[in-house]
Amino acid sequence: MTESLIEATAERLFGDHISTRLLAAAEQGTFAAEAWQAVEDAGLPRGLVPEEAGGFGMPAAEALAILRVAGRHVVPLPLAETMAAGWLLAGAGLDIPDGPLTIAPVVRGETLSLTRRGQEWHLAGTATRIPWGRDAVAVAVLAEHQGTPMVARLDRDGFTTTPGSNLAHEPRDTLRIDAALASAAVAPAASGVDAQTLRALGATMRSLQMAGAMASLLSMSTQYALDRTQFGKPIGKFQAIQHNLAILGSHQAAAGAAATGAAEAVGEGMRLFPIAVAKIRTGEAAGLCASLAHQVHGAIGFTYEHSLHYRTRRLLSWRNEFGSESEWSLLLGRHLAAAGPDRLWPEITSA
Amino acid sequence: MVDLPFAPPPPCPEAETLRQEVRTFLAEALADRTPAQRAESWQGHDPEFSRKVGAKGWIAMTWPKQYGGHERSALERYVVLEEMLAAGAPVSHHWIADRQSGPLILRVGTDEQKETILPRIARGEAMFCIGMSEPDSGSDLAATRTRATRVQGGYVVNGTKVWTSGAHQADYMILFCRTGEGQRHEGTSQLLVDLRNTSGLSIRPIRALTGEHHFNEVVFTDTFLPETALLGKEGDGWNQVTNELALERSGPERFLSSFLVLTEMMRVLGPEPGERAAIAIGRLAAHIHALRRMSRSVAGMLQAGENPALQAALVKELGNSLEQEIPEIARLLVDCEPSLESDDRFLATLSLITLHAPSFSLRGGTREILRGMIARGLGLR
Repeated sequence: MTESLIEATAERLFGDHISTRLLAAAEQGTFAAEAWQAVEDAGLPRGLVPEEAGGFGMPAAEALAILRVAGRHVVPLPLAETMAAGWLLAGAGLDIPDGPLTIAPVVRGETLSLTRRGQEWHLAGTATRIPWGRDAVAVAVLAEHQGTPMVARLDRDGFTTTPGSNLAHEPRDTLRIDAALASAAVAPAASGVDAQTLRALGATMRSLQMAGAMASLLSMSTQYALDRTQFGKPIGKFQAIQHNLAILGSHQAAAGAAATGAAEAVGEGMRLFPIAVAKIRTGEAAGLCASLAHQVHGAIGFTYEHSLHYRTRRLLSWRNEFGSESEWSLLLGRHLAAAGPDRLWPEITSA
Repeated sequence: MVDLPFAPPPPCPEAETLRQEVRTFLAEALADRTPAQRAESWQGHDPEFSRKVGAKGWIAMTWPKQYGGHERSALERYVVLEEMLAAGAPVSHHWIADRQSGPLILRVGTDEQKETILPRIARGEAMFCIGMSEPDSGSDLAATRTRATRVQGGYVVNGTKVWTSGAHQADYMILFCRTGEGQRHEGTSQLLVDLRNTSGLSIRPIRALTGEHHFNEVVFTDTFLPETALLGKEGDGWNQVTNELALERSGPERFLSSFLVLTEMMRVLGPEPGERAAIAIGRLAAHIHALRRMSRSVAGMLQAGENPALQAALVKELGNSLEQEIPEIARLLVDCEPSLESDDRFLATLSLITLHAPSFSLRGGTREILRGMIARGLGLR
C-alpha cells in the first residue's frame, strides 16, 4: 500500500522513540515527554487543523492514517485526543495551545453545564474517563448552551483530576470542573458538530488505533510461530497454528479496511454509516485477534516481560471506548430497520 | 512486517448511473420471483434472463469488443454482479462463463476458440461448467486422474468428474485432466468439451441434500475430442487452473448468499425491532459493508492487472462465515419452525438457506484450503 509522507514521518518517529522501556515507564505514570516533543515538533497532533489555524490542511483520511501507525507502535501518548481537541477548537475558531490536549465529555450521556455570567462564561460539572486528563494542558469541551453546541477551551487551572485508567494503564481520569472562562475561550461549534459527531470522530480514531495494533499482532504472532520450536519443528508448521494465524490475518484485514473507510468518512462530512461499521468491525476483531495472538504465543505471551500485552490490553480497552460494538450496532440497526428491508442494499451501497 | 494489504477501492462514479439502470432492469425482470426462488441466486437458471442480460451489455463487460465484449472496467462489472446477487437474479446460465471460463479462453485460447465462443458467451447463449473435481480429487486437485491420450487428430478421454454444477444444462465444459507424464501438477492440461456435440459422455444427476439437482457426475468413456479442443498449452494446465481459481473467490457471491434471509428477517421484525434484533441487524450490515469494501478492493487489483489470489482467499474465508451465520441469527430472532413447504416468504427463504449453508464453505475451495493459502501468504508454508 502506498504510504503518504506523513505516515512515513510517523513511522520513523515512532520507530525511533517508542520502546518497551518507554511503554513500561508510561504505565507507571511517567509521561513520555521527550517522545511527545518529537511528535509535536513534527506537527502530527495538528493533522486535522486547517492551514489558517496553524495546521497542514491535509485531507482528514491522510491525517488520521498516522493513528494506525501509532496503533502499530503502541504509542503511549494522547496523539488521537490532541488531534480531536485541535479539530474541535479550530472548528469553533478558538486558539489551540501547544502541548498535549484532550476532549470532554467522552462517556455517553454525560454533559457539562455551560452558562453565561456577564461577559464571561461558567463551565461546571464532572466528566469521567477522560483520556490523558492529568497530562493535558487544556481540554476542548463540547457543551450545549440554549440548545446550541458550544466549544470551550478549558485550561489546566480550571479543573482537578482524579486518576483512573483503562486495562492498559492509559490515563482515563475524572475531571471536576468549576471554571470561569473568558469570552474568547468559548464559541459555537463548527456547523454540524455535536456530541454524536465528536463521538464518531473518537470511534474512528480508536478504530484506526485498533487496526494498527491488530496488524502488529499479526506480525508478532507470525514471527513467533516461525521462531518457536516444539516437537522438533517451528510451531508455524502445524496446521492448527497456521489456521489460527489465517483467522487472525483475515479479521485484522477486515478491521483495517473498515477503519480506513471510517477515516475517509470523517473527511466527507463525518458520514456515520462507515464510522459505525468501523467501530463494530474493529471492535469485534479486537477481542478475537487478541485471543488468537495469545493462543499462538502460549505462556510467554501471558508474562509482563513479553511485549505482547501492550497491544492486547489496549485492544481490550479501546473496543469499549467511544461506544462498543453494541452501541454502534444499535444505532445502525435502528436506522436500517426504519428505512426498511428493501432499502437495506441501497443503504449499504451508498454508504 | 507481515502484511495482507487491501488498498482503498478506486472510485468509479460512472458505475452509479449503471447501478440505477441495473436496478430498474431487475425490478421488472424479477417481479414474479418469490424470495425463496431469488435465494437460489447464482444457482438459479433462466436462459431467457441471461439473454436479456447479454442484450443489455452486462456480460463480458471487460472483454475486447472484437469478441463481443464491452471494454468496461472491472469496477463497473462489479456493480452489475453485486446488484444481480443482492436481488437474487437467476444468473447461472452465464455466470461461470462470464466469471472464469471466458476470461480463461480470452487469455490462452486460439483465435478460433475466441472468435467462435466468446461472442456467444457475451450474448448469454453459451453456458459453461467446470470439470475439476473427481471422486478421488476434491480439495487435492493435483490428484486428478482423468486422462486424455493423444490419438490421430485429437484425444481420447477416460475418467469421471463430479460435483459438476449445471453440466446437464451447459453447452461447454472446461476439463482439467492429465495429458502427459509426471507427478501431481505436472503433465496436466485443460480441454474444451463441446457437450452438445460430443459422444461417449454420460451426465447423471447427483442430488443435493435438499433433493435439488444442480450437481452432476460426468463420465468420459473413450470419449474423442478433436485437437482443437486443447485450451492453452499442453502441460500448462496447473498454472492455468490456479489462475482461474483466483477469479472464483473474491466476488460478491462469496458473502451475499444469505442476503435475502437478512432482508426477509427485517421485513418480519418491522421498522421498530427490539434492541437485540436491532443490534443484530446493525452488526450484520456492518460485516457486509466491510466485506464489500474488501471485495471492491480486489476488483481494483484486477483492474490494475495485479494478482489478487491471496486477498480473494481472505474475502471468501470471511464471507463464507458470515453467510453461514446469517440464518443462524435469523432463526433465533424470529420465533419459527423452518419448513421448505412454507408459503411464508421469510420461512421459505430461511429454510432453503439453512440447508444450503454447509456448501458455502465447501464450494470454490474449502475453508481449510483457503486458510492454508492465507498461511502461505504469511510465509508459514
